[in-house]
Parts: sequence; structure tokens; C-alpha cells
Amino acid sequence: MPGKPDQTGNKLGMWLFLYTEIILFGALFVLYAVYFSWYTQDFILGAKVLDLGFGVINTIILLVSSFLVAASITAVQKNQRNIALAALAGALVCGAVFLVNKYFEWGHKIETGIYPGSEKLLDGPAPQNLFFGLYYVVTGLHGIHIVIGMVLLAVSFGLVFCRKITAANDAVLDNCGLYWHLVDLIWIFIFPLFYLVV
Amino acid sequence: MEQASHIFSYKTLGLVLGALLILTGVTVGASYIDLGWINVWIALVIASTKASLVLVVFMHMKSAGKSVVVSFLSTVFFLAVMIGFIFWDVAFR
Repeated sequence: MPGKPDQTGNKLGMWLFLYTEIILFGALFVLYAVYFSWYTQDFILGAKVLDLGFGVINTIILLVSSFLVAASITAVQKNQRNIALAALAGALVCGAVFLVNKYFEWGHKIETGIYPGSEKLLDGPAPQNLFFGLYYVVTGLHGIHIVIGMVLLAVSFGLVFCRKITAANDAVLDNCGLYWHLVDLIWIFIFPLFYLVV
Repeated sequence: MEQASHIFSYKTLGLVLGALLILTGVTVGASYIDLGWINVWIALVIASTKASLVLVVFMHMKSAGKSVVVSFLSTVFFLAVMIGFIFWDVAFR
């Protein structure tokens, strides 16, 4: 059928990309899991240094943002353009607040001498150096994904605003939404692994 | 088009958000109870439950079609094989 977007193809293509992301973070989680099983006590001590408050607040923020992105897709389907725009704007604000929190969280760690290659970590027990190394790599990589996700959400916002994304043609919003949900999904596992093993 | 059938109402989405927030509270609460190695498994089970909610409702997994469901489950299976084999290797070193 010429002219009609291939919805299944559009979606499957995005999902195939998401699988590579799952394997990417999956490999890092395995690395974490093996070291955790070897050096459980050191990892627990490391997790105690992390601020649970930041972890909980950022979890709530990402869950709310995922809800807003899902709501924007419903709104587009119902031709409620303003609600869709408001929901996407809200999700963008959530992403920004997440990054600001991360800035303060990392900033505080770095101030107290906990950063990759710092003297405190190099002179301390090696497993704790591993814990914080993984912490910076995993949350850093996740943070980069948040930034990319925000760019995609901003593009979607612009396209909804210009009426390029409509109920009949919402593949771009759908796929940008899928990416954002995946970023949320990864955080759902990062949070207990790093913050809750105390 | 088979639209409309696959969109969730705001109410459904809101209920799922509520469930996700409650599960976050549960997993934080559970981490304060010291059950030894069981703690890790409780955290992982709750995280998997949350992930399933996000996948099925927010990501419209149900209406995405068979190809997406099958390929997703294959990815999870591959991940499980990777995790399983690595732990197998590590355990017998």
C-alpha cells in the first residue's frame, strides 16, 4: 500500500536497536554482579556511601517522566494536541531535573575525593575502587542516554507543535517514547543494584 | 487502521504509575530488613515486576505485534544465557 507508513516495520526497527542497548547495559550488570558476588562486603560498604535520597528522587522523577511520555502518545491519538505538548514538556523538565540531581550527586562524591583515579580510591581497598568505577561508568553511560532521550523528546515536541506528528502518523513520537522508556527501564535496575545493596 | 485499540486511557497509565511508585517504596523498605542474600533477589524480583509494567503498558508491548514480542523474549533469553554462562565460568575457576 503506497503512502501508508509501515507501522510494524517502524516499530520493529526501533526495538532491534533497543535490544543492542539491553545487551550493552546487560553486560555491565553482569560485570557488576560477578564482582558483587566476589567482594560482597566491599560493595555493600561502597553502596552505603551513595546517597539513597538522590537515588529515590531520581527513580520517582524517571517514573513520572515515563508516565508523561506514555500520556503524550494517548493525547496525540485523541487529538488533544495541547495535552500532548504539556506532557512532553513535563517529561523534558523531569529529564533536566534528573541531570541536575546527578550533577550535585557526582559533585559531592568528587569533592570528598571519590572519583576514577583519585588518591582515596587508589590507596583504599581495590574492590571499592571497582565499585565506584562501575558506579561512574554505568550512571555516566545512563546519563548520556538521558541527554540523547531529551533531544529525541524535544524533536517530538517540535513535530507535535508543527502538526507533523498526528494521530494517523505518530511513529516518530512512538519510537522516541520507546527510547525514553528504555532509559527508565535501565534505571529501574541500576537503582536497586547500586543504591539498595546495603 | 488498528489504532485506538492500542492506546491506554490516562486512568490506566496513572494507575500503572501509582503501582510503580508503590513498588519503589516497597523495594526501598525491603532493603532495610536484613535477610542476607535474599535481599538481592527481592530487589531483582521487584525491579523485574516494575520493568514488566513499563514494557507492557508504557511501551505498548502487547499491541506491538508478534515479531516484537518474540524478538524481545529472545533478547532476554540471550541475556540469561550470557549471565548464566559467565557465572558458570566464574564458579568453576
